[in-house]
Amino acid sequence: MTKVKTPIYMDYSATTPADPRVADKMCQYLTPDGIFGNPASSSHSFGWAADDAVKKARSQVADLVNADPREIVWTSGATESDNLAIKGAAHFNVRKGKHIVTMKTEHKAVLDSCRQLEREGYEVTYLDPMDNGLLDIDVFKAALRDDTTLVSIMHVNNEIGVIQDIAAIGEICRDRKITFHVDAAQSAGKVPIDLSTLKVDLMSFSAHKIYGPKGIGALYVRRKPRTRIEAQMHGGGHERGMRSGTLATHQIVGMGEAFEIAKNEMATENDRLLMLRNRLYDGLKDMEEVYVNGDLEQRVAGNLNISFNFVEGESLMMSLKDIAVSSGSACTSASLEPSYVLRALGRNDELAHSSLRFTIGRFTTVEEVDYAIEQTRAAVEKLRELSPLWDMYKEGIDLDSVQWAAH
Amino acid sequence: MAYSEKVIDHYENPRNVGAMDKDAKEVGTGMVGAPACGDVMKLQIKVGDDGVIEDAKFKTYGCGSAIASSSLLTEWVKGKSLDEVQAIKNTDIAEELELPPVKVHCSVLAEDAIKAAIADYQSKQQQ
Repeated sequence: MTKVKTPIYMDYSATTPADPRVADKMCQYLTPDGIFGNPASSSHSFGWAADDAVKKARSQVADLVNADPREIVWTSGATESDNLAIKGAAHFNVRKGKHIVTMKTEHKAVLDSCRQLEREGYEVTYLDPMDNGLLDIDVFKAALRDDTTLVSIMHVNNEIGVIQDIAAIGEICRDRKITFHVDAAQSAGKVPIDLSTLKVDLMSFSAHKIYGPKGIGALYVRRKPRTRIEAQMHGGGHERGMRSGTLATHQIVGMGEAFEIAKNEMATENDRLLMLRNRLYDGLKDMEEVYVNGDLEQRVAGNLNISFNFVEGESLMMSLKDIAVSSGSACTSASLEPSYVLRALGRNDELAHSSLRFTIGRFTTVEEVDYAIEQTRAAVEKLRELSPLWDMYKEGIDLDSVQWAAH
Repeated sequence: MAYSEKVIDHYENPRNVGAMDKDAKEVGTGMVGAPACGDVMKLQIKVGDDGVIEDAKFKTYGCGSAIASSSLLTEWVKGKSLDEVQAIKNTDIAEELELPPVKVHCSVLAEDAIKAAIADYQSKQQQ
């Protein structure tokens, strides 16, 4: 087989490298010869040039999701966007009610923002997904109350890659005049988003998940019907008062460029990623006791989250030392907690401990996928040889019937 | 997380992997841990008439440190008397493998496993 360059990066949901086209562009906005001015300096040409660059990037970001550039608020990333959307909307609407609905599988930026609101006296309902990771629309409807002011549901899950039906959820929210926030950090540039038809009021974006730089993101804030949020960052009144702070021109330009590239290349890129993802899955699925976590159809092209039963995820990653993947079991913490997302799917602890997340992207090659298949199969076989649970499974012992001494 | 060279060595070349007949009178088996916690260790010893451990085998489901702890322990116990083995402490294992604090529980599990194996052997002798 062809020699591949190691280590291989298959953790594109954690972050992506910046596209070289993006990095080239950014470099033009830093040095004395470049456009380094403060976009808020309205008294000279340095500021005007920077302001023009920010305007262009605002349009590039808006274009990807079919929004108005005036609906884009720059932030430091999706975490800040989530905080601003959730706390900002909850605070603004506090007189209407103090109930929020979200899901257990949301990103920590959403869950922890909700926890903070609970400490402030709000009430939050955390919905369980179905076994495939998707939200049951009837369960969702039943959770809404007269005092519900905000719903926050992510578009694409960061661990299992499943795509929620935000169109249907949005219709329900709009009917009941509830503000709807969507964390789209993992979906923008990977799944088509049309905010002229979707009934979404607030949407969080990140640049570094789609080949832009780290440290920059945006929040979409709908104008019609007008969505109001309370600022969380106070200062010079930038971004129409919603988020103060000098705009990071080079970061913003990078995000704009990344979003424009994504708009132009998303369709072809998705076809290629799906081919690679299917190749990876086909190379692993004939092994015994292998389970895909999350729905395989309603899923982004680049994600394969898979459990190898009777093998522990951290040691599996240790075997795959040439391949950068992530494990569903956060075993590095003293608590040995398996992934809360996989637990929420109803996966038992063994399977949650046995999962690997492969996320592939723009620079992944067929050779890398083939190498990953070969290495993963060898590692799983080796570790199963070592596993007493595998022996018991082979002897036909039901592991659930064993009295384990939990420690 | 970064592993010590000794952990990596035991992980990549585990010693004494395997299983012995758990029903044999001269074999003691200890299985500790739980799948839900992410580690299960099975340790077996074969004891000679002179009370010295002739052979030891292990199988472990768990992280690299858990595999290394059980692999190291099988090396240590071979050729030792049961009394000598009883004196092995988890801290000896943790020190030898340079386990970080969050992985010390792996060495505790290994100590539990060998104690359980000895107890199993001894109960068989009283029957």
